[in-house]
Amino acid sequence: MEILAQHVADIPGAAISIAGCRHHFPVLRQLVNGKPLVYLDNAATSQKPQVVIDAMMRYYEEENSNIHRGVHTLSERATTAYEKVREKVAGFLHAASPREIIFVRGTTEAINLVAHSFSRRGILQGDEVLITAMEHHSNIVPWQMVCEEKGARLRVVPITDSGELMLDELEPLLTSKTRILAVTHVSNALGTINPIKDIVSRAHRRGIPVLVDGAQAVPHMPVDVQDLDADFYAFSAHKMFGPTGVGVLYGKAALLESLPPYQGGGDMIRSVTFEKTTYAELPHKFEAGTPNIGGGIGLGAAIDYLQKLDMTAVAAHEHDLLQYATEHVSRIPGLTIIGTAREKAGVLAFVMEGIHPHDIGTILDSEGIAIRTGHHCAQPVMARFRVPATARASFAFYNTKEEIDALVRGLARVKEVLG
Amino acid sequence: MSQIHELYQQIILDHNKAPRNFRAMADATRTVEGYNPLCGDHYTVYVKLDGETIADISFQGAGCAISKASASVMSQLLKGKSREEAERLYGTFHDLVTGKMDPEGRLEQLGKLAAFAGVSEFPARVKCASLAWHTLHSALTSGAAKVTTE
Repeated sequence: MEILAQHVADIPGAAISIAGCRHHFPVLRQLVNGKPLVYLDNAATSQKPQVVIDAMMRYYEEENSNIHRGVHTLSERATTAYEKVREKVAGFLHAASPREIIFVRGTTEAINLVAHSFSRRGILQGDEVLITAMEHHSNIVPWQMVCEEKGARLRVVPITDSGELMLDELEPLLTSKTRILAVTHVSNALGTINPIKDIVSRAHRRGIPVLVDGAQAVPHMPVDVQDLDADFYAFSAHKMFGPTGVGVLYGKAALLESLPPYQGGGDMIRSVTFEKTTYAELPHKFEAGTPNIGGGIGLGAAIDYLQKLDMTAVAAHEHDLLQYATEHVSRIPGLTIIGTAREKAGVLAFVMEGIHPHDIGTILDSEGIAIRTGHHCAQPVMARFRVPATARASFAFYNTKEEIDALVRGLARVKEVLG
Repeated sequence: MSQIHELYQQIILDHNKAPRNFRAMADATRTVEGYNPLCGDHYTVYVKLDGETIADISFQGAGCAISKASASVMSQLLKGKSREEAERLYGTFHDLVTGKMDPEGRLEQLGKLAAFAGVSEFPARVKCASLAWHTLHSALTSGAAKVTTE
Protein backbone atom coordinates (compact mmCIF):
# COMPACT_ATOMS: atom_id res chain seq x y z
CA MET A 1 0.00 0.00 0.00
CA GLU A 2 2.80 2.38 0.89
CA ILE A 3 4.53 1.85 -2.42
CA LEU A 4 1.27 2.39 -4.26
CA ALA A 5 0.65 5.63 -2.37
CA GLN A 6 4.09 6.91 -3.33
CA HIS A 7 3.49 6.17 -6.97
CA VAL A 8 0.26 8.14 -6.91
CA ALA A 9 2.31 11.17 -5.86
CA ASP A 10 4.37 10.63 -9.00
CA ILE A 11 1.50 10.72 -11.46
CA PRO A 12 1.36 14.18 -12.99
CA GLY A 13 -1.85 15.96 -12.16
CA ALA A 14 -3.17 13.29 -9.79
CA ALA A 15 -4.56 14.90 -6.64
CA ILE A 16 -3.18 13.82 -3.25
CA SER A 17 -5.45 13.60 -0.22
CA ILE A 18 -4.18 14.92 3.09
CA ALA A 19 -5.53 11.86 4.87
CA GLY A 20 -3.23 9.56 2.89
CA CYS A 21 -0.14 11.73 2.64
CA ARG A 22 1.84 10.58 5.69
CA HIS A 23 3.16 7.57 3.81
CA HIS A 24 4.99 9.90 1.46
CA PHE A 25 7.33 11.05 4.24
CA PRO A 26 9.91 8.35 5.02
CA VAL A 27 11.33 10.15 8.06
CA LEU A 28 7.98 10.02 9.82
CA ARG A 29 7.99 6.20 9.84
CA GLN A 30 10.33 5.78 12.79
CA LEU A 31 10.47 5.36 16.51
CA VAL A 32 12.28 8.01 18.56
CA ASN A 33 13.20 6.95 22.09
CA GLY A 34 11.00 3.90 21.58
CA LYS A 35 7.90 5.92 20.66
CA PRO A 36 6.43 6.74 17.25
CA LEU A 37 7.91 10.07 16.13
CA VAL A 38 5.52 12.99 16.58
CA TYR A 39 7.15 15.77 14.57
CA LEU A 40 5.83 19.16 15.66
CA ASP A 41 8.80 21.35 14.73
CA ASN A 42 7.68 22.29 11.24
CA ALA A 43 8.26 26.01 11.69
CA ALA A 44 11.97 25.21 12.09
CA THR A 45 12.07 22.88 9.11
CA SER A 46 9.62 20.56 7.39
CA GLN A 47 10.05 16.92 6.41
CA LYS A 48 10.54 15.91 2.78
CA PRO A 49 8.27 13.64 0.75
CA GLN A 50 9.83 10.74 -1.15
CA VAL A 51 9.19 12.53 -4.48
CA VAL A 52 11.47 15.39 -3.44
CA ILE A 53 14.24 13.04 -2.32
CA ASP A 54 13.86 11.01 -5.52
CA ALA A 55 13.90 14.08 -7.78
CA MET A 56 17.19 15.25 -6.28
CA MET A 57 18.71 11.78 -6.49
CA ARG A 58 17.57 11.43 -10.10
CA TYR A 59 19.14 14.78 -10.92
CA TYR A 60 22.52 13.73 -9.50
CA GLU A 61 22.31 10.27 -11.09
CA GLU A 62 21.16 11.33 -14.54
CA GLU A 63 21.54 15.05 -15.23
CA ASN A 64 24.22 16.55 -13.02
CA SER A 65 25.99 19.27 -14.95
CA ASN A 66 26.63 22.98 -14.70
CA ILE A 67 23.91 25.20 -16.09
CA HIS A 68 23.69 28.19 -18.43
CA ARG A 69 27.01 27.62 -20.22
CA GLY A 70 27.62 24.15 -21.58
CA VAL A 71 26.58 23.19 -25.09
CA HIS A 72 26.66 19.51 -24.22
CA THR A 73 23.53 17.45 -23.66
CA LEU A 74 23.69 17.11 -19.90
CA SER A 75 24.22 20.83 -19.41
CA GLU A 76 21.25 21.59 -21.60
CA ARG A 77 19.10 19.11 -19.70
CA ALA A 78 20.17 20.53 -16.33
CA THR A 79 19.59 24.10 -17.53
CA THR A 80 16.13 23.23 -18.85
CA ALA A 81 15.19 21.43 -15.62
CA TYR A 82 16.46 24.29 -13.43
CA GLU A 83 14.75 27.02 -15.46
CA LYS A 84 11.53 24.99 -15.42
CA VAL A 85 11.59 25.25 -11.63
CA ARG A 86 11.72 29.04 -11.97
CA GLU A 87 8.53 28.85 -14.02
CA LYS A 88 6.93 26.59 -11.41
CA VAL A 89 7.81 29.02 -8.63
CA ALA A 90 6.39 31.92 -10.64
CA GLY A 91 3.17 29.96 -11.14
CA PHE A 92 3.01 28.90 -7.48
CA LEU A 93 3.35 32.52 -6.27
CA HIS A 94 1.23 33.93 -9.12
CA ALA A 95 4.12 36.16 -10.18
CA ALA A 96 3.78 38.02 -13.47
CA SER A 97 6.94 36.48 -14.93
CA PRO A 98 9.72 33.95 -14.13
CA ARG A 99 12.15 36.88 -14.54
CA GLU A 100 10.89 38.05 -11.15
CA ILE A 101 12.04 34.86 -9.42
CA ILE A 102 15.59 35.02 -8.01
CA PHE A 103 17.07 31.84 -6.58
CA VAL A 104 18.94 32.36 -3.33
CA ARG A 105 20.11 30.22 -0.39
CA GLY A 106 17.04 30.93 1.68
CA THR A 107 14.87 33.64 3.20
CA THR A 108 17.82 35.10 5.09
CA GLU A 109 19.86 35.58 1.94
CA ALA A 110 16.83 37.00 0.11
CA ILE A 111 16.38 39.69 2.78
CA ASN A 112 20.10 40.43 2.87
CA LEU A 113 20.05 40.79 -0.91
CA VAL A 114 17.26 43.37 -0.82
CA ALA A 115 18.70 45.20 2.22
CA HIS A 116 22.13 45.41 0.60
CA SER A 117 21.08 46.31 -2.95
CA PHE A 118 18.27 48.59 -1.89
CA SER A 119 20.42 50.53 0.55
CA ARG A 120 23.11 51.14 -2.07
CA ARG A 121 20.59 52.98 -4.21
CA GLY A 122 17.89 54.21 -1.94
CA ILE A 123 18.86 54.69 1.72
CA LEU A 124 20.59 57.84 2.91
CA GLN A 125 21.50 59.40 6.21
CA GLY A 126 18.40 60.39 8.16
CA ASP A 127 16.14 57.97 6.25
CA GLU A 128 14.06 55.36 8.04
CA VAL A 129 13.54 51.63 7.63
CA LEU A 130 10.36 50.25 9.15
CA ILE A 131 10.02 46.71 10.54
CA THR A 132 7.68 45.18 13.14
CA ALA A 133 8.03 43.89 16.69
CA MET A 134 7.30 40.31 15.59
CA GLU A 135 10.11 39.87 13.07
CA HIS A 136 12.53 36.95 13.00
CA HIS A 137 16.16 38.00 13.53
CA SER A 138 16.66 37.54 9.77
CA ASN A 139 14.28 40.44 9.12
CA ILE A 140 15.84 42.64 11.81
CA VAL A 141 19.61 42.28 11.65
CA PRO A 142 20.17 42.93 7.90
CA TRP A 143 18.21 46.19 8.24
CA GLN A 144 20.07 47.12 11.40
CA MET A 145 23.37 46.66 9.55
CA VAL A 146 22.16 48.84 6.69
CA CYS A 147 20.90 51.54 9.04
CA GLU A 148 24.18 51.57 10.93
CA GLU A 149 26.16 51.88 7.73
CA LYS A 150 23.99 54.63 6.24
CA GLY A 151 23.15 56.55 9.38
CA ALA A 152 19.49 55.68 8.89
CA ARG A 153 17.02 54.90 11.65
CA LEU A 154 15.31 51.56 12.26
CA ARG A 155 11.74 52.00 13.44
CA VAL A 156 9.44 49.29 14.76
CA VAL A 157 5.66 48.81 14.54
CA PRO A 158 4.52 47.57 17.97
CA ILE A 159 2.29 44.55 18.65
CA THR A 160 -0.60 43.92 21.05
CA ASP A 161 -0.70 41.48 23.96
CA SER A 162 -2.37 38.94 21.69
CA GLY A 163 0.48 39.28 19.18
CA GLU A 164 -1.26 41.34 16.50
CA LEU A 165 0.31 44.29 14.71
CA MET A 166 -0.98 47.66 15.94
CA LEU A 167 -2.20 48.95 12.61
CA ASP A 168 -3.13 52.32 14.09
CA GLU A 169 0.51 52.73 15.12
CA LEU A 170 1.65 51.76 11.63
CA GLU A 171 0.10 54.85 10.03
CA PRO A 172 2.18 57.53 11.80
CA LEU A 173 5.33 55.44 11.25
CA LEU A 174 4.89 55.56 7.48
CA THR A 175 6.50 58.94 6.80
CA SER A 176 8.27 60.79 4.03
CA LYS A 177 11.53 59.45 5.51
CA THR A 178 10.47 55.78 5.30
CA ARG A 179 12.36 54.06 2.48
CA ILE A 180 11.04 50.51 2.91
CA LEU A 181 8.73 48.46 5.14
CA ALA A 182 9.81 44.88 5.92
CA VAL A 183 7.18 42.70 7.54
CA THR A 184 6.56 39.02 8.09
CA HIS A 185 3.52 37.35 6.55
CA VAL A 186 3.25 34.82 9.40
CA SER A 187 5.12 35.12 12.72
CA ASN A 188 7.31 32.10 13.45
CA ALA A 189 7.16 32.73 17.20
CA LEU A 190 3.47 33.63 17.60
CA GLY A 191 1.69 32.21 14.57
CA THR A 192 0.03 35.56 13.77
CA ILE A 193 -1.05 35.95 10.15
CA ASN A 194 -0.59 39.60 9.23
CA PRO A 195 -3.08 41.41 6.94
CA ILE A 196 -0.42 41.89 4.27
CA LYS A 197 -2.73 43.20 1.57
CA ASP A 198 -3.98 45.97 3.86
CA ILE A 199 -0.47 46.77 5.13
CA VAL A 200 0.92 46.95 1.57
CA SER A 201 -1.86 49.27 0.43
CA ARG A 202 -1.22 51.61 3.39
CA ALA A 203 2.49 51.73 2.54
CA HIS A 204 1.89 52.15 -1.19
CA ARG A 205 -0.40 55.12 -0.57
CA ARG A 206 2.78 56.85 0.59
CA GLY A 207 4.93 55.36 -2.14
CA ILE A 208 6.80 53.04 0.23
CA PRO A 209 7.80 49.60 -1.09
CA VAL A 210 7.18 46.50 1.05
CA LEU A 211 9.26 43.38 1.56
CA VAL A 212 7.31 40.40 2.91
CA ASP A 213 9.04 37.55 4.76
CA GLY A 214 6.95 34.61 3.57
CA ALA A 215 9.01 31.79 5.13
CA GLN A 216 6.19 30.71 7.45
CA ALA A 217 3.35 31.42 5.00
CA VAL A 218 4.27 29.69 1.75
CA PRO A 219 4.21 26.15 3.20
CA HIS A 220 0.80 26.64 4.80
CA MET A 221 -1.53 28.74 2.65
CA PRO A 222 -2.07 29.89 -0.93
CA VAL A 223 0.06 32.97 -1.72
CA ASP A 224 -0.60 35.36 -4.60
CA VAL A 225 2.09 38.04 -4.71
CA GLN A 226 0.21 40.10 -7.29
CA ASP A 227 -2.97 40.09 -5.25
CA LEU A 228 -0.97 41.07 -2.13
CA ASP A 229 0.82 43.63 -4.31
CA ALA A 230 4.04 42.85 -2.40
CA ASP A 231 7.15 44.43 -3.91
CA PHE A 232 9.45 41.71 -2.59
CA TYR A 233 8.47 38.32 -1.17
CA ALA A 234 10.99 35.87 0.30
CA PHE A 235 10.82 32.21 1.33
CA SER A 236 12.92 29.08 1.92
CA ALA A 237 12.46 25.69 0.25
CA HIS A 238 13.27 23.70 3.38
CA LYS A 239 10.24 24.97 5.28
CA MET A 240 7.99 23.95 2.38
CA PHE A 241 8.99 20.28 2.13
CA GLY A 242 11.96 20.94 -0.15
CA PRO A 243 15.70 20.78 0.61
CA THR A 244 17.84 23.13 2.68
CA GLY A 245 20.13 25.63 0.98
CA VAL A 246 17.73 27.02 -1.61
CA GLY A 247 15.12 29.74 -1.42
CA VAL A 248 13.43 32.39 -3.48
CA LEU A 249 13.28 36.13 -3.68
CA TYR A 250 10.34 37.41 -5.70
CA GLY A 251 10.59 41.03 -6.75
CA LYS A 252 8.58 43.19 -9.11
CA ALA A 253 10.56 43.36 -12.35
CA ALA A 254 10.74 47.17 -12.47
CA LEU A 255 12.11 47.32 -8.92
CA LEU A 256 14.62 44.52 -9.46
CA GLU A 257 15.82 46.22 -12.63
CA SER A 258 16.43 49.45 -10.74
CA LEU A 259 18.59 47.77 -8.08
CA PRO A 260 22.33 47.14 -8.38
CA PRO A 261 23.54 43.50 -8.23
CA TYR A 262 24.11 41.89 -4.82
CA GLN A 263 27.18 39.73 -5.48
CA GLY A 264 29.54 39.82 -8.42
CA GLY A 265 30.87 36.78 -10.24
CA GLY A 266 30.12 34.33 -12.99
CA ASP A 267 26.62 33.89 -14.40
CA MET A 268 25.53 37.44 -13.49
CA ILE A 269 27.40 39.21 -16.28
CA ARG A 270 26.90 39.94 -19.96
CA SER A 271 30.48 40.96 -20.67
CA VAL A 272 33.59 41.53 -18.60
CA THR A 273 36.70 43.55 -19.38
CA PHE A 274 39.10 45.02 -16.83
CA GLU A 275 37.66 48.42 -17.65
CA LYS A 276 33.96 47.64 -17.40
CA THR A 277 31.46 44.87 -16.75
CA THR A 278 27.89 44.90 -17.98
CA TYR A 279 25.45 42.88 -16.01
CA ALA A 280 23.10 40.18 -17.19
CA GLU A 281 19.36 40.67 -17.47
CA LEU A 282 16.94 39.59 -14.78
CA PRO A 283 16.90 37.22 -13.03
CA HIS A 284 20.57 36.30 -13.61
CA LYS A 285 21.82 39.73 -12.54
CA PHE A 286 21.23 38.62 -8.94
CA GLU A 287 22.51 35.06 -9.28
CA ALA A 288 26.31 35.11 -9.15
CA GLY A 289 28.12 31.79 -9.23
CA THR A 290 26.91 28.22 -9.69
CA PRO A 291 23.65 27.92 -7.79
CA ASN A 292 22.28 25.02 -5.77
CA ILE A 293 21.00 23.22 -8.86
CA GLY A 294 20.10 19.95 -7.13
CA GLY A 295 18.31 21.90 -4.41
CA GLY A 296 16.39 23.84 -7.03
CA ILE A 297 15.25 20.57 -8.62
CA GLY A 298 14.07 19.45 -5.16
CA LEU A 299 12.16 22.70 -4.72
CA GLY A 300 10.43 22.09 -8.05
CA ALA A 301 9.33 18.63 -6.89
CA ALA A 302 8.05 20.10 -3.61
CA ILE A 303 5.94 22.63 -5.51
CA ASP A 304 4.51 19.88 -7.74
CA TYR A 305 3.64 17.93 -4.61
CA LEU A 306 1.99 20.89 -2.87
CA GLN A 307 -0.04 21.74 -5.93
CA LYS A 308 -1.43 18.21 -6.09
CA LEU A 309 -2.26 18.51 -2.41
CA ASP A 310 -4.00 21.89 -2.92
CA MET A 311 -2.89 24.74 -0.64
CA THR A 312 -6.46 25.64 0.33
CA ALA A 313 -6.95 22.13 1.71
CA VAL A 314 -3.59 22.38 3.52
CA ALA A 315 -4.61 25.65 5.18
CA ALA A 316 -8.00 24.22 6.24
CA HIS A 317 -6.47 21.07 7.74
CA GLU A 318 -3.86 23.02 9.69
CA HIS A 319 -6.52 25.41 10.93
CA ASP A 320 -8.46 22.41 12.31
CA LEU A 321 -5.30 21.09 13.98
CA LEU A 322 -4.57 24.48 15.56
CA GLN A 323 -8.10 24.81 16.92
CA TYR A 324 -8.03 21.28 18.32
CA ALA A 325 -4.60 21.79 19.89
CA THR A 326 -5.47 25.22 21.32
CA GLU A 327 -8.61 23.82 22.92
CA HIS A 328 -6.88 20.82 24.52
CA VAL A 329 -3.57 22.39 25.48
CA SER A 330 -5.13 25.49 27.03
CA ARG A 331 -7.01 23.25 29.50
CA ILE A 332 -3.73 22.27 31.17
CA PRO A 333 -3.49 24.17 34.47
CA GLY A 334 -0.57 26.59 34.68
CA LEU A 335 -0.09 26.67 30.91
CA THR A 336 -0.26 29.99 29.04
CA ILE A 337 -0.39 30.27 25.27
CA ILE A 338 1.83 33.05 23.87
CA GLY A 339 0.30 34.42 20.68
CA THR A 340 -3.48 34.49 20.54
CA ALA A 341 -4.11 36.55 17.43
CA ARG A 342 -7.48 36.15 15.72
CA GLU A 343 -5.80 35.09 12.49
CA LYS A 344 -3.23 32.40 13.21
CA ALA A 345 -1.30 29.75 11.34
CA GLY A 346 -0.43 26.37 12.89
CA VAL A 347 1.95 27.61 15.57
CA LEU A 348 1.23 26.98 19.25
CA ALA A 349 3.75 28.65 21.54
CA PHE A 350 3.34 28.36 25.30
CA VAL A 351 4.96 28.57 28.71
CA MET A 352 4.23 26.49 31.82
CA GLU A 353 4.32 27.93 35.30
CA GLY A 354 7.49 27.01 37.18
CA ILE A 355 8.81 24.84 34.34
CA HIS A 356 11.44 26.06 31.90
CA PRO A 357 10.71 25.39 28.19
CA HIS A 358 13.99 23.51 27.85
CA ASP A 359 12.85 20.95 30.41
CA ILE A 360 9.52 20.63 28.57
CA GLY A 361 11.42 19.95 25.34
CA THR A 362 13.62 17.24 26.87
CA ILE A 363 10.74 15.39 28.52
CA LEU A 364 8.57 15.55 25.38
CA ASP A 365 11.53 14.24 23.37
CA SER A 366 11.73 11.24 25.67
CA GLU A 367 8.15 10.54 24.54
CA GLY A 368 9.14 10.82 20.87
CA ILE A 369 7.64 14.30 20.49
CA ALA A 370 9.78 16.92 18.70
CA ILE A 371 9.00 20.55 19.50
CA ARG A 372 11.20 23.64 19.55
CA THR A 373 12.16 25.45 22.73
CA GLY A 374 14.04 28.69 23.09
CA HIS A 375 13.73 32.20 21.68
CA HIS A 376 12.96 31.05 18.10
CA CYS A 377 15.33 33.67 16.66
CA ALA A 378 12.87 36.30 17.84
CA GLN A 379 14.41 37.69 21.02
CA PRO A 380 12.44 40.97 20.78
CA VAL A 381 9.21 38.92 20.80
CA MET A 382 10.37 37.12 23.96
CA ALA A 383 11.20 40.48 25.56
CA ARG A 384 7.79 41.87 24.54
CA PHE A 385 6.01 39.00 26.32
CA ARG A 386 8.51 39.06 29.22
CA VAL A 387 9.51 35.39 28.86
CA PRO A 388 13.07 34.12 28.46
CA ALA A 389 11.89 31.44 26.05
CA THR A 390 8.81 29.50 24.98
CA ALA A 391 7.95 25.95 23.96
CA ARG A 392 6.54 25.84 20.43
CA ALA A 393 4.60 23.13 18.62
CA SER A 394 4.19 23.90 14.92
CA PHE A 395 2.09 21.90 12.51
CA ALA A 396 2.21 20.76 8.90
CA PHE A 397 -0.46 19.08 6.79
CA TYR A 398 0.89 15.60 7.63
CA ASN A 399 0.21 16.06 11.35
CA THR A 400 -2.88 14.48 12.89
CA LYS A 401 -5.20 14.99 15.84
CA GLU A 402 -3.78 11.78 17.34
CA GLU A 403 -0.39 13.50 17.43
CA ILE A 404 -1.88 16.43 19.28
CA ASP A 405 -3.38 13.96 21.77
CA ALA A 406 0.15 12.60 22.20
CA LEU A 407 1.40 16.15 22.82
CA VAL A 408 -1.26 16.69 25.50
CA ARG A 409 -0.33 13.37 27.17
CA GLY A 410 3.34 14.39 26.93
CA LEU A 411 2.63 17.69 28.69
CA ALA A 412 0.87 15.78 31.49
CA ARG A 413 4.05 13.72 31.77
CA VAL A 414 6.11 16.94 32.01
CA LYS A 415 4.04 17.98 35.02
CA GLU A 416 4.35 14.51 36.52
CA VAL A 417 8.16 14.55 36.27
CA LEU A 418 8.75 18.16 37.27
CA GLY A 419 5.55 19.06 39.12
CA MET B 1 14.84 3.86 36.20
CA SER B 2 13.84 5.50 32.90
CA GLN B 3 16.36 7.75 31.18
CA ILE B 4 14.25 10.79 31.91
CA HIS B 5 14.30 10.00 35.65
CA GLU B 6 18.06 9.47 35.40
CA LEU B 7 18.21 13.06 34.22
CA TYR B 8 15.67 14.59 36.57
CA GLN B 9 16.89 12.96 39.78
CA GLN B 10 15.34 13.89 43.11
CA ILE B 11 18.33 16.03 44.09
CA ILE B 12 17.96 18.04 40.88
CA LEU B 13 14.22 18.51 41.33
CA ASP B 14 14.76 19.56 44.93
CA HIS B 15 17.50 22.10 44.16
CA ASN B 16 15.45 23.45 41.23
CA LYS B 17 12.49 24.12 43.50
CA ALA B 18 14.48 25.40 46.44
CA PRO B 19 17.86 26.60 45.18
CA ARG B 20 20.52 27.07 47.91
CA ASN B 21 22.62 30.23 48.21
CA PHE B 22 20.20 31.90 45.80
CA ARG B 23 20.94 35.54 46.56
CA ALA B 24 23.01 38.51 45.45
CA MET B 25 26.19 39.29 47.38
CA ALA B 26 27.02 42.96 47.90
CA ASP B 27 30.59 42.38 49.09
CA ALA B 28 31.61 39.73 46.55
CA THR B 29 35.22 39.89 45.35
CA ARG B 30 34.27 38.39 41.97
CA THR B 31 30.94 38.75 40.17
CA VAL B 32 30.50 37.06 36.81
CA GLU B 33 27.48 36.71 34.58
CA GLY B 34 26.85 33.47 32.68
CA TYR B 35 24.52 33.42 29.72
CA ASN B 36 23.40 30.73 27.30
CA PRO B 37 21.91 32.63 24.35
CA LEU B 38 20.51 29.42 22.90
CA CYS B 39 17.98 28.84 25.66
CA GLY B 40 18.11 32.10 27.59
CA ASP B 41 19.59 30.64 30.80
CA HIS B 42 21.09 33.57 32.63
CA TYR B 43 22.89 33.54 36.00
CA THR B 44 25.18 35.74 38.01
CA VAL B 45 27.69 33.94 40.22
CA TYR B 46 29.11 35.80 43.24
CA VAL B 47 32.33 34.68 44.92
CA LYS B 48 33.96 36.08 48.03
CA LEU B 49 37.60 35.06 48.19
CA ASP B 50 39.58 35.06 51.43
CA GLY B 51 43.11 34.57 50.13
CA GLU B 52 42.95 31.26 48.25
CA THR B 53 39.72 30.15 49.96
CA ILE B 54 36.16 30.58 48.70
CA ALA B 55 34.72 32.12 51.86
CA ASP B 56 31.27 32.55 50.34
CA ILE B 57 29.53 31.81 47.06
CA SER B 58 26.03 32.56 45.83
CA PHE B 59 24.10 32.97 42.60
CA GLN B 60 21.00 34.54 41.11
CA GLY B 61 19.18 34.31 37.83
CA ALA B 62 16.81 32.14 35.82
CA GLY B 63 16.99 29.06 33.68
CA CYS B 64 15.96 25.45 33.31
CA ALA B 65 15.87 22.87 36.11
CA ILE B 66 19.24 21.39 35.16
CA SER B 67 21.07 24.71 35.08
CA LYS B 68 19.53 26.00 38.29
CA ALA B 69 20.11 22.77 40.25
CA SER B 70 23.67 22.62 38.97
CA ALA B 71 24.38 26.17 40.17
CA SER B 72 22.78 25.41 43.52
CA VAL B 73 24.71 22.18 44.13
CA MET B 74 27.91 23.89 43.01
CA SER B 75 27.44 26.70 45.52
CA GLN B 76 26.93 24.18 48.34
CA LEU B 77 29.97 22.12 47.42
CA LEU B 78 32.41 24.99 46.96
CA LYS B 79 31.80 27.03 50.08
CA GLY B 80 34.97 26.85 52.16
CA LYS B 81 36.97 25.08 49.42
CA SER B 82 40.27 26.34 48.09
CA ARG B 83 40.51 27.82 44.65
CA GLU B 84 42.57 24.80 43.58
CA GLU B 85 39.95 22.31 44.84
CA ALA B 86 37.24 24.29 43.06
CA GLU B 87 39.15 24.06 39.80
CA ARG B 88 39.63 20.31 40.30
CA LEU B 89 35.89 19.85 40.90
CA TYR B 90 35.18 21.92 37.81
CA GLY B 91 37.26 19.42 35.80
CA THR B 92 35.55 16.45 37.45
CA PHE B 93 32.10 17.87 36.76
CA HIS B 94 32.98 18.60 33.16
CA ASP B 95 34.24 15.05 32.60
CA LEU B 96 31.12 13.64 34.26
CA VAL B 97 28.52 15.52 32.18
CA THR B 98 30.38 15.08 28.91
CA GLY B 99 30.60 11.32 29.48
CA LYS B 100 34.41 11.27 29.78
CA MET B 101 34.17 9.74 33.22
CA ASP B 102 32.33 6.62 34.28
CA PRO B 103 30.66 7.44 37.61
CA GLU B 104 30.61 3.73 38.51
CA GLY B 105 32.78 3.14 41.60
CA ARG B 106 33.39 6.87 42.14
CA LEU B 107 30.16 7.73 43.91
CA GLU B 108 31.95 8.66 47.11
CA GLN B 109 34.35 10.98 45.32
CA LEU B 110 31.50 12.55 43.33
CA GLY B 111 29.04 12.98 46.18
CA LYS B 112 26.11 15.14 45.11
CA LEU B 113 27.68 15.68 41.70
CA ALA B 114 26.75 12.08 40.86
CA ALA B 115 23.16 13.32 40.40
CA PHE B 116 24.33 14.95 37.16
CA ALA B 117 25.69 11.72 35.61
CA GLY B 118 22.46 11.35 33.58
CA VAL B 119 23.18 14.58 31.72
CA SER B 120 25.80 12.85 29.55
CA GLU B 121 22.96 10.94 27.84
CA PHE B 122 21.41 14.27 26.76
CA PRO B 123 24.02 16.13 24.69
CA ALA B 124 21.71 19.12 24.22
CA ARG B 125 21.62 19.62 27.98
CA VAL B 126 25.35 19.52 28.75
CA LYS B 127 25.57 23.29 28.36
CA CYS B 128 22.71 23.76 30.82
CA ALA B 129 24.53 21.71 33.45
CA SER B 130 27.88 23.40 32.87
CA LEU B 131 26.79 27.04 32.67
CA ALA B 132 27.28 27.90 36.36
CA TRP B 133 30.55 25.95 36.49
CA HIS B 134 31.93 27.76 33.44
CA THR B 135 30.90 31.03 35.02
CA LEU B 136 32.66 30.12 38.24
CA HIS B 137 35.76 28.97 36.37
CA SER B 138 35.88 32.34 34.67
CA ALA B 139 35.39 34.14 38.00
CA LEU B 140 38.37 32.28 39.46
CA THR B 141 40.74 32.43 36.52
CA SER B 142 40.12 35.51 34.42
CA GLY B 143 38.85 39.01 34.65
CA ALA B 144 35.91 38.39 32.29
CA ALA B 145 32.67 39.78 33.59
CA LYS B 146 30.48 37.79 31.23
CA VAL B 147 30.58 34.23 29.97
CA THR B 148 28.47 32.84 27.19
CA THR B 149 28.09 29.20 26.22
CA GLU B 150 26.98 28.31 22.75
